[in-house]
Amino acid sequence: MATTTITKTEKLVGKRIRRREDPRLITGTATYVDDIKMPGMLYAAILRSPHAAAKIRSIDVSKAAALKGVTAVFTGKDTEQAGAVPCGASLPGLRVPHHHLLAIDRVYLVGHPVAVVVATDRYIARDGADLIEVDYEPETAVADPEKALEPGAHAVHPQWPDNVAFTFHQEGGDTEKAFKEADVIVKQRIVSQRLVPNPMETRGVVADWRAAERSMNLYSSTQVPHLVRSLVAQILGMDENRFRVVAPEVGGGFGAKLQIYAEEILLAYISKKLQKPVKWIESRRENFLCTIHGRGHVDYYELAAKRDGTITGIKLKIIQDLGAYFTLLTPAIPTLSVLMMPGLYRTPNISADIVGAFTNCTPTDAYRGAGRPEATHGIERMVDMVAAELKMDPAEIRLKNFVRNEEFPFPTATGLVYDSGDYSAPLKKAMEMASYDALRKEQVEARKQGKFMGIGLCAYGEICAFGPSPATPAGGWESATVKIEPSGKVTVLTGVSPHGQGEETTFAQIAGDELGVDIDDILVSHGDTSLVQYGIGTFGSRSTAVGGTALYFALQDLKAKIKKFGAMLLESEDVTFSDGKCVCNKTGKSCSVKEVAAAAYRAMKLPPNTEPGLVATHFWEPPNFTFPFGAHLVVTEVDRDTGGVSIRRYVAVDDCGNILNPLIVDGQVHGGVAQGIGQALWEQAVYDDSGQLVTGEFMDYTMPRAHMMPWIESGHTITPTPVNPLGVKGVGEAGTIGASPAVVNSVVDALSPLGVRHLDMPLTPEKLWKLIASKDQAGSNA
Amino acid sequence: MNESITVTINGTAYTHDVEPRLLLIHYLREVVGLTGPHIGCETSLCGACTVELNGKAVKSCSMFAIQANGAKILTVEGMAADGKLHKIQEAFWNEHGLQCGFCTPGMIMVTKQILERNPNPNEQEIRHGLDGNLCRCTGYQHIVNAVKAAARAAGA
Repeated sequence: MATTTITKTEKLVGKRIRRREDPRLITGTATYVDDIKMPGMLYAAILRSPHAAAKIRSIDVSKAAALKGVTAVFTGKDTEQAGAVPCGASLPGLRVPHHHLLAIDRVYLVGHPVAVVVATDRYIARDGADLIEVDYEPETAVADPEKALEPGAHAVHPQWPDNVAFTFHQEGGDTEKAFKEADVIVKQRIVSQRLVPNPMETRGVVADWRAAERSMNLYSSTQVPHLVRSLVAQILGMDENRFRVVAPEVGGGFGAKLQIYAEEILLAYISKKLQKPVKWIESRRENFLCTIHGRGHVDYYELAAKRDGTITGIKLKIIQDLGAYFTLLTPAIPTLSVLMMPGLYRTPNISADIVGAFTNCTPTDAYRGAGRPEATHGIERMVDMVAAELKMDPAEIRLKNFVRNEEFPFPTATGLVYDSGDYSAPLKKAMEMASYDALRKEQVEARKQGKFMGIGLCAYGEICAFGPSPATPAGGWESATVKIEPSGKVTVLTGVSPHGQGEETTFAQIAGDELGVDIDDILVSHGDTSLVQYGIGTFGSRSTAVGGTALYFALQDLKAKIKKFGAMLLESEDVTFSDGKCVCNKTGKSCSVKEVAAAAYRAMKLPPNTEPGLVATHFWEPPNFTFPFGAHLVVTEVDRDTGGVSIRRYVAVDDCGNILNPLIVDGQVHGGVAQGIGQALWEQAVYDDSGQLVTGEFMDYTMPRAHMMPWIESGHTITPTPVNPLGVKGVGEAGTIGASPAVVNSVVDALSPLGVRHLDMPLTPEKLWKLIASKDQAGSNA
Repeated sequence: MNESITVTINGTAYTHDVEPRLLLIHYLREVVGLTGPHIGCETSLCGACTVELNGKAVKSCSMFAIQANGAKILTVEGMAADGKLHKIQEAFWNEHGLQCGFCTPGMIMVTKQILERNPNPNEQEIRHGLDGNLCRCTGYQHIVNAVKAAARAAGA
């Protein structure tokens, strides 16, 4: 049995409690956006550009408009005045293209929305879209960020012929000196390829304008309902207080739904225009083309080191493939890579440059890890290369350079302050779990037999719990309200918006322990702006570290009030509140939370300076980020004949601070690792030179399936953060961040007898087979 | 142009006039009102729409409603009986075999088929049985555990 049965007096936090959100999900009764039906509801379908770059000569919607069942057709001219898609990131000198809701006279990427057809039925809406005739004048596109920066490349936006959206520079320490005095300098170009987030539920929106109430009800599959409300209401000039956004059940996000999308604005606009509820559900093909992509880095690394393995300096130039437009955070994502470029190492000297390049591709933005997987992949590959150059063991060089335990809080060369850590502990634990020394001996034997066996390490650090408000585009605090109802039942309203991460359970654990009430008497609600005070949302491994902490403080406020009522009921000043009871320390008499609640709402009598009711709200501003860390160890074998990689062992040791529910933490690690292995071995958004997305369906884009995944052996070390009283750091992205470098390091190690020192992802059988075949060929020719 | 079909779903017979092009998944979701099966791709690659049709797990996005005329269909909504969860549902709950839950109805239905064909599958057999169904959240490990637990529970 994976779960634990809880007796009433036991603490809930720390237990493997099965999730409270699951009954509706396993019975098929949860309500996702596409499950919402309203009387008179219309359906929208969107016609999208088949070209990556083209002028629009004309659009003829007459046949579509004449189709029986079609209610309305909208083109860019109709919606031009309605507003544009916002970008929340700002950088000095940033060139921000105007992101129209629908194309006006040009299209900039395949999938660019051109027209919306609204009909009484979703099939008819698609029929209507097929009947629209668009006369395009196709142009040469540019789909590769490095080619986009070459002189004479097609200008994605004609007003910026160099395709440069921004440049960014940051440095710390004295990098030039470090490189001048280095014993060894290692250089490498490293690609973190474009990925498609692919939550299993595509995007979807239902907009329901209620004219008599002057109110908008917008149901959207989003991670950030309050941000959608504030921004869409502002863009459309609607009253925010009459603009309700509901994130119903959300079928995965991974950053892809941390956005304000054109369709959310369009649907609200159209519903008001037509005075009808309107639904749009994205197809998977649209999801591949029109929901954000992740990564898209070309990185040029240089590492300086001393002969003893001390890393003294890092230089990094990032070419970021931005895509054609910005979505909410597009230009900010690579700056996170710069912040995390030292990884877990003490390196005092860094120099970083970013060039943001426009391409005729889907915008890149925050995908699970958002900037940190790229940084971790880079530094962890480079450290392995330095170790190889110095003939050091990859574990030894890491242990030598880790920030030391006594150095926390540790100021990094990139301006961060790492909160707490014992960075060698997870690495040592992973090596112990995998019997590292025995593996190295086994590898020697395997190599003698001509086998390609590899052992890969990765020690990763993260920046999580976004975040202090000054460091975020839209406020980095979080909120919670706790209400004890007159019956004694407890309602928690949180500003975070979980969609699989399990906070309905972990937050009930926190509240249950603090209030001493049965977990079944607690309801955690979220995702509805008319219910929840305000909130920022779920992303960046922040929900528990920031939202859980807001809840913790709201609970402290509420407990203080409970004590006041308890003192009144027990007629004593000397009262303690614990395990759900106020106890008079002198008489031993007690009263329950339930009795306090009844008294607080009945209000026959009130304690001095105390309002009736039992409700507390807390908005919590974090003083710092948190910095989880960990180590992964991967044993692979590469098949000489097929180039196929098999993962023989996968050991993941994570330190996310205190663990509220180990079952949920393990699930987060597994899922994260799967996405990281996916990047390392299979996944890639491949564009051809004309800007067509070649891997634009599940048939071509290789998502990990059950038989492709190894068994993941999880371990934990626990280093609480001092940043919040729960001591939790966050775990949502850890697996993804640790996995890709661990797998690639392992495969490079496996193939190192062939002289391989670096490989770019994904490590497909085709790529490795060609490599092995070419080396074998070279060998036999020699 | 519409055709009349009769389908028995979760033990109840339904008769409707439907367009020949109506997909079975849209029939179940939009006409009958069973929104447990989900649409993740419309191309039979993700398995979120998996239902049992005449005893076999099928992807209901890849057949027309009229092809199901006369068939017996079981959806995730029909798994629990008498207010009691099916052992497979219990197993997914106990083992944390789901996160966002979107793929779960399909995973539960395909698990039923895996265990009917092989009541005692090993890890490899379970992983191959789950092959037609994508999950982006769990990395599959807890789903594998859930299938094992369901097998144990069925054998108990």
